[in-house]
Amino acid sequence: MLKDHAKIMHAIAASEEIIGRKKLQKMIYIAKKMDFPFQERFQFHFYGPYSEELTLRVEELCNMGFLNEIKEKKGGYYQYRYTLTDNGKEFLGLNAVEMPNLNSCLEDMNNQSARFLELVSTVLYFDNLPKDEVKEKVFTLKSKQKYTEEEIDTAYAYIESLQEKARH
Amino acid sequence: MAYPVEKLREEKVFKDPVHRYVHVRDRVIWDLIGTSEFQRLRRIKQLGTTYLTFHGAEHSRFNHSLGVYEIIRRIADDVFAERPEWNEDDRLLSLCAALLHDLGHGPFSHSFEKVFDLDHEFYTRAIILGDTEVNKVLLRISDDFPKKVADVIAKTSKNKLVVSLISSQIDADRMDYLQRDAYFTGVSYGHFDMERILRVMMPGEDQIVIKQTGMHAVEDYIMSRYQMYWQVYFHPVTRSAEVILTKILHRAKHLHEQNYAFKSYPQHFYSLFNGEITLEDYIKLDEAVILYYFQMWQEEEDAILRDLCSRFMNRNLFKYAEFDPAKEYKKLARLSGLFEKAGIDPEYYLVVDSSSDLPYDFYRPGEEEERLPIHLLMKNGEIRELSRESEIVDAISGKRRTDHKLYYPADFLRDDSIEPSVKKEIRKLLDIDLH
Repeated sequence: MLKDHAKIMHAIAASEEIIGRKKLQKMIYIAKKMDFPFQERFQFHFYGPYSEELTLRVEELCNMGFLNEIKEKKGGYYQYRYTLTDNGKEFLGLNAVEMPNLNSCLEDMNNQSARFLELVSTVLYFDNLPKDEVKEKVFTLKSKQKYTEEEIDTAYAYIESLQEKARH
Repeated sequence: MAYPVEKLREEKVFKDPVHRYVHVRDRVIWDLIGTSEFQRLRRIKQLGTTYLTFHGAEHSRFNHSLGVYEIIRRIADDVFAERPEWNEDDRLLSLCAALLHDLGHGPFSHSFEKVFDLDHEFYTRAIILGDTEVNKVLLRISDDFPKKVADVIAKTSKNKLVVSLISSQIDADRMDYLQRDAYFTGVSYGHFDMERILRVMMPGEDQIVIKQTGMHAVEDYIMSRYQMYWQVYFHPVTRSAEVILTKILHRAKHLHEQNYAFKSYPQHFYSLFNGEITLEDYIKLDEAVILYYFQMWQEEEDAILRDLCSRFMNRNLFKYAEFDPAKEYKKLARLSGLFEKAGIDPEYYLVVDSSSDLPYDFYRPGEEEERLPIHLLMKNGEIRELSRESEIVDAISGKRRTDHKLYYPADFLRDDSIEPSVKKEIRKLLDIDLH
């Protein structure tokens, strides 16, 4: 029951806390690209891969009382923090999710900035293209983020290290 | 005359119940409509299983695609034409992307995509860029034109203004489907003043913006989106049909994996089952093909497949009960055990369906850069997000409404062969009267 909800809860529990909706979106997308069996479908939007299904699922989990969402003002905008509630922990205890190696990948991603994860997810979205074309996509589609060549190289190296973590 | 600017000698006009007329002057548009891949959309219903709830909802993705094209044509030719911010070179790109934006949709695509892990956007791109009639027509414009069109539809084009015309929170796609779905379902929601919205739309730097004076027309559009979602798209009876359809596909796949000998072998499903679907196989799939198998599978040996197909074809759908996962997940585990005792496989006959299972979207004000919101252009030239100016939109977009239902076959539960104590407990847990 609610297996896909349980997977999202598992991801948040493994990360202890995820700060920011954007970060949550990118972490799940990247995990999916690492072949972890998340079912949410992502499409490319103005800010990179985004899943409306994931947004709805998180809203449902908050409404069910399985997730805590804390809204806080940061600079000129609002930011959201997500943790599991006690009820959520109990539910997850009864509906265990088996995704070996996911925890270490999530822990690693959670230590990265949302800006960097946005770059990583964009690179992964275009993983069928050669590196030069991916760079061009990043520079044109993400011009406002002003990513550098060096950052893109770092993103490629990060993807490799994450793939390694996902395997072992 | 060069193909990109070639006009038909005489304008072609399609009668249309939503826009009255769809006008075609450009040769390339006429040629695209004539391709087999575009004609295939006639055989794919816009609203999938909704016709089992609203009997009029038999309209197709072909109708809708023409409608989206017509809205973009009006924007390009009547609203944006000669505005300094609008590049006339983008006209043909916008028209082609509008017409082809749903090209990769499969039959009952929501269930199919879920069960077979497919993505219609992938197939839209594959049809536009692959060895197809559509690709040949687009190549006559220029070598890179198919890719430009595919990038706009995938929202990965650098031309963000054109992308936002086809796909944003106030786009031609939604403006057509809301009105068209309202018309064909016969509901009174879904109506808004599109002419007014088109008049207050302006090309912005990265997306379309709405003049502040048009805010109330946009409020109406947002309200109709909200109402159509809950009244039509997420109707519990439609969801019941969707649940059964999904379970048929799961069952057929499972039987194939068990080397079950189908009386009517699902030749068209073979590559889907094996996860090796080619573009050629995909294009052959439409709802006529799928319904043929469902019709034939009513005579299969397998009781579950036979029953589910019969339910779908004869509209003997599952009943539903409200379900609160937070309070009732333990009850569900209990019910599942009781269904097994009653000889009813809970995997196929006890299903929780959640609002997140249906990918229709609400308006979101773009917090934390989730999605680009609707922007108003204020009189002083400032850009403001819609929900900050509109109390009505703020009220809807700030509230979460989610819904879960538990689907089950009430007729099975009346079976006299089920032990009375089991039946009684199921009845109590589902809070239903089976007599």
